[in-house]
Amino acid sequence: MKRHLISAADLTRDDAVLILDTAEEMARVADRPIKKLPTLRGRTVVNLFFEDSTRTRISFEAAAKRLSADVINFSAKGSSVSKGESLKDTALTLEAMGADAVVIRHGASGAPYRLATSGWIDGAVVNAGDGTHEHPTQALLDAFTMRRRLVGADTGLGRDLDGRRITIVGDILHSRVARSNVHLLTTLGAHVTLVAPPTLVPVGVEKWPCDVSYSLDDVLAKSDAVMMLRVQRERMNAAYFPTEREYSRRYGLDGERMAKMPEHAIVMHPGPMVRGMEITAEVADSDRCTVVEQVANGVSIRMAVLYLLLGGSDTALSAAPARTEENK
Amino acid sequence: MDAQHDDTGKAARPVLEAPDIARVLTRIAHEIVERAKGADDVVLLGIPTRGVFLARRLAEKLQEITGRKTPVGSLDITMYRDDLRMRPARALARTDIPGEGIEGSLVVLVDDVLFSGRTIRAALDALGDIGRPRAVQLAVLVDRGHRELPIRADYVGKNLPTSLRETVKVQLAEEDGRDAVLLGVKQATPADTQ
Repeated sequence: MKRHLISAADLTRDDAVLILDTAEEMARVADRPIKKLPTLRGRTVVNLFFEDSTRTRISFEAAAKRLSADVINFSAKGSSVSKGESLKDTALTLEAMGADAVVIRHGASGAPYRLATSGWIDGAVVNAGDGTHEHPTQALLDAFTMRRRLVGADTGLGRDLDGRRITIVGDILHSRVARSNVHLLTTLGAHVTLVAPPTLVPVGVEKWPCDVSYSLDDVLAKSDAVMMLRVQRERMNAAYFPTEREYSRRYGLDGERMAKMPEHAIVMHPGPMVRGMEITAEVADSDRCTVVEQVANGVSIRMAVLYLLLGGSDTALSAAPARTEENK
Repeated sequence: MDAQHDDTGKAARPVLEAPDIARVLTRIAHEIVERAKGADDVVLLGIPTRGVFLARRLAEKLQEITGRKTPVGSLDITMYRDDLRMRPARALARTDIPGEGIEGSLVVLVDDVLFSGRTIRAALDALGDIGRPRAVQLAVLVDRGHRELPIRADYVGKNLPTSLRETVKVQLAEEDGRDAVLLGVKQATPADTQ
């Protein structure tokens, strides 16, 4: 039984569909005059961010607050961590404060796993991005966006992404988003193709359940969704491609390339976008681009994850999710 | 056959059959029209799963009587339950408020069985987050007693005095393939009161 969300690979198809279905109901709360549910009243969610992030942190914060949880934000800058405190001591502090869930972002791959399995804390651990490893809630919100756009918001309930062809383009090497997406989308029945210059493809990719291509133009016409990734300069300590212009010309998405995509296909980006690099302004501002939608969907997905992990006596993931009919 | 056996025990016996349910709903519809003096501001909200089907059927009956369409929707109360932490988190059902909203209207909540009253308490909380109706009333197919909260129904299909050892199961064609209310005896499993 899963109490934590560390990796998208841990989710079964049924878990993932349950999260997407739950998020669909959560999304409707956003349309109400009172965007709040009492479900997590009295529970404490700590946002433990060792790496800079605005959108993920405020997304988790909004999600927890809409469920009436108490939110404590802990960022490494200007905290005890900058004075040399270890992850263990930080965790013990949070445990002593009674955290029911810890949402952690860390620059080191595996930090959330360590936190969840070390016995330092009792609460649920949600991975909000660790190093170049995984970012499961981002993959979930991407899958949610795809299901809404490609299958339909209401018709999609209970369904996966069977047979959809998803192309992920760019800095795969440094991308936890790509890794989580490959696992999750494959679990949901989609077919994933990674496109990147050879230098930005991770070692061991042949063991991933996906195809790899070095040419964007070859796969565009066969894609239901194209996800553009940012080139993560801050993680690069060497030259991975000659010039930005060359990268942009071969792997950037412009209007001309977008025209080669099937009519129903969407363009996605986890943000932050670098206009002119991996995506042109023309594409970013077109109505096929789902960047803003992804942000809104992120809150719904994170509400669903927090609800399923914290809402009951026990996690709902991989436990029997059936609605009971007694107790009227 | 099987449906009678799963969680209603061996000796589940029908107390209401399809024609009885239809008659009861017609009567409730007439009562609503009478008490709401024409039912022009009535909004029917069913509580998932079976309350929603009952609400839709009531809306049809109301239309037959008044000649007007009655707004009908659903209200999921899962997130408002007081026993959420006693079991694993449950899957959510759909909340669907009719386009006109519920502000200033007469909301009639519709559910299949009224038992402890806790579902209705949760429904009242959920309604409060959606709007402020002029009044809220409650229609149930079966009232089996054993209230744990000061809640009563305005429209009752059938009062069914039961013991806590008995189970009441409503089956509706939309969900179960047939219409019936079954009274059974609970199998000896401890720790499931409330």
